[in-house]
Amino acid sequence: MKVVREALAGTLESNDLLVRVSPGRGEGYELVISSEVKHQFGPQIEATAKEVLARLAVSGGTVVIEDKGALDCTIRARLEAAAMRACAVEAADIDWSKLK
Amino acid sequence: MNSMQSLAEQRGIATFGGYAKYAPYLADPVAKRRRKLADTLEEAVRRSGLESGMTISFHHAFREGDKTINQVVDLLAKMGLKNLTLASSSLLTCNAPLIEHIKSGVISRIYTSGMRGKLADAVSHGLMDEPVQIHSHGGRVHLMDAGELKVDVAFLAASAADEFGNANGTGGRSRCGSLGYAMVDAARAKYVIVLTEELVAYPNTPASIRQDQVDCVVKVDQIGDPSKISVGAARITSNPRELLIARYAADVLEHSGYFKEGFSIQTGSGAAATAVTRFLEGRMRKADIHASFALGGITGSIVDLHKKGLIRTILDTQSFDASAAESLRTDPAGHIEISTDYYANQSSKAAAVDEMDMVILSALEIDVGFNVNVITGSDGVMRGASGGHSDTAAGANLAVVVAPLIRGRIPTVCEKVTTVVTPGTCVGVLVTDHGIAVNPNRPEIAERLKAAGLPVLSIEELHARAIAITGTPSPIAFTDRVVGMVRFRDGSLIDTIRQVVD
Repeated sequence: MKVVREALAGTLESNDLLVRVSPGRGEGYELVISSEVKHQFGPQIEATAKEVLARLAVSGGTVVIEDKGALDCTIRARLEAAAMRACAVEAADIDWSKLK
Repeated sequence: MNSMQSLAEQRGIATFGGYAKYAPYLADPVAKRRRKLADTLEEAVRRSGLESGMTISFHHAFREGDKTINQVVDLLAKMGLKNLTLASSSLLTCNAPLIEHIKSGVISRIYTSGMRGKLADAVSHGLMDEPVQIHSHGGRVHLMDAGELKVDVAFLAASAADEFGNANGTGGRSRCGSLGYAMVDAARAKYVIVLTEELVAYPNTPASIRQDQVDCVVKVDQIGDPSKISVGAARITSNPRELLIARYAADVLEHSGYFKEGFSIQTGSGAAATAVTRFLEGRMRKADIHASFALGGITGSIVDLHKKGLIRTILDTQSFDASAAESLRTDPAGHIEISTDYYANQSSKAAAVDEMDMVILSALEIDVGFNVNVITGSDGVMRGASGGHSDTAAGANLAVVVAPLIRGRIPTVCEKVTTVVTPGTCVGVLVTDHGIAVNPNRPEIAERLKAAGLPVLSIEELHARAIAITGTPSPIAFTDRVVGMVRFRDGSLIDTIRQVVD
């Protein structure tokens, strides 16, 4: 799934996160995470994000996460939404079985 | 005459030398009345004899609106004073300018109930050589009476004062209400300076700080902004989670066994606590039960119950909003100002907390042993205050801690709190949005709550539920360096706060 445009998902409310996906060079993706709870949950947030991006096979983009203490389920949902918007996936084409 | 002189000498007594010999101002009709007034704050400081290395004190009744602490310490820095011990009853976000005065050596040691904002952040990152002493409100008085904390000069802000120093927080423009903290310093400091915005005619009554305690009075432009004491603490929360917690808490109070005619309570500030007070009203009316007194920090919602005849007397050590301050001003028979010595000092001849049935308390963290942390955040940085937490928990018949199970992604219920402020043995019940846990040392309370059909779980179950939702947090990294010492209300060391790793 190739990133073709910039897209956002989420908010900067407490318990949420804002995900910004933008086109980048080359294969794979670049992941930047800032979090209010990075001292306690930094590795878990990174693992969750990588799992989602790998599952969707996102490539050619930069993914920036601004986390305000979101739970894993929220992180997955926001990342999936931002990635599919950035990859210009049409609603009819979404492979719902790949979404947890 | 000679025989009188020799008798006087024999006994070491002076012979009469004129009515104004030892009080020359009595011979001057103007000086007699104006002698305690200083023209400027600087003159007041000079008169006090304050020197480097001494201890200065303040009260924090204006909370985030305080304009006195920073103003005075700025001046002391300009006057070249160094190595001072700062003993404010507490410090808040507005006190960030103190960082520069700590760096430049004006302030070397701090006694306080708590710290927030940039100052707390800097101290947690190792700003000071000497660890900060964190005390409870009652514990501060204990440390003074035990001789550890000796205040040389107290700088006490009061909205109105007369020329002899009769002062209060209910006259004048900038009314903070109760001067419960300042009353303690006025009675104990070697030299007492009253800073006031308004000089009023003698005698200023009622006098929270009395003329026989005050050495010097100085008029200043601004002591504090009362509108910043509480931003919306008296509002009714619409947050469903807070309302749920408040409803459970009211259920706990109702079925605890202490909800009887003449019961007493402290609810404190904060959205959930204020909502508890609202829920309580209906239950008190339904059961036709009245409270004998409400204690501690007072909000408009407590005042409201008092006005409705549901609470007989308010004992106010700190007015948390304008409506509490106004009630203190207008209802001298029912709304009483009390010092923190009267409120919560264990070594006082009597502390009101010992008469109290139930107290609602908050928590940043509470562990499976019911130990409570109200001073350090989940990142290990100071961001709170000990306040009356341990005083009321130890004194009251039942301490009820209210807190959401999870804040952001941080579980409030944890395995071991970052810092112990109140020992778990003093905490009876924990109320969260996911259920209620009762301390195993209060089996009778658990029985009553279960009988009332409340969702009682073990605290281990609550902890497991929190972790299932958030995941297991990594431990915070601390260095070995101690930046804060948490003193229990009896002066003993209950825990230490260490410097966080950058």
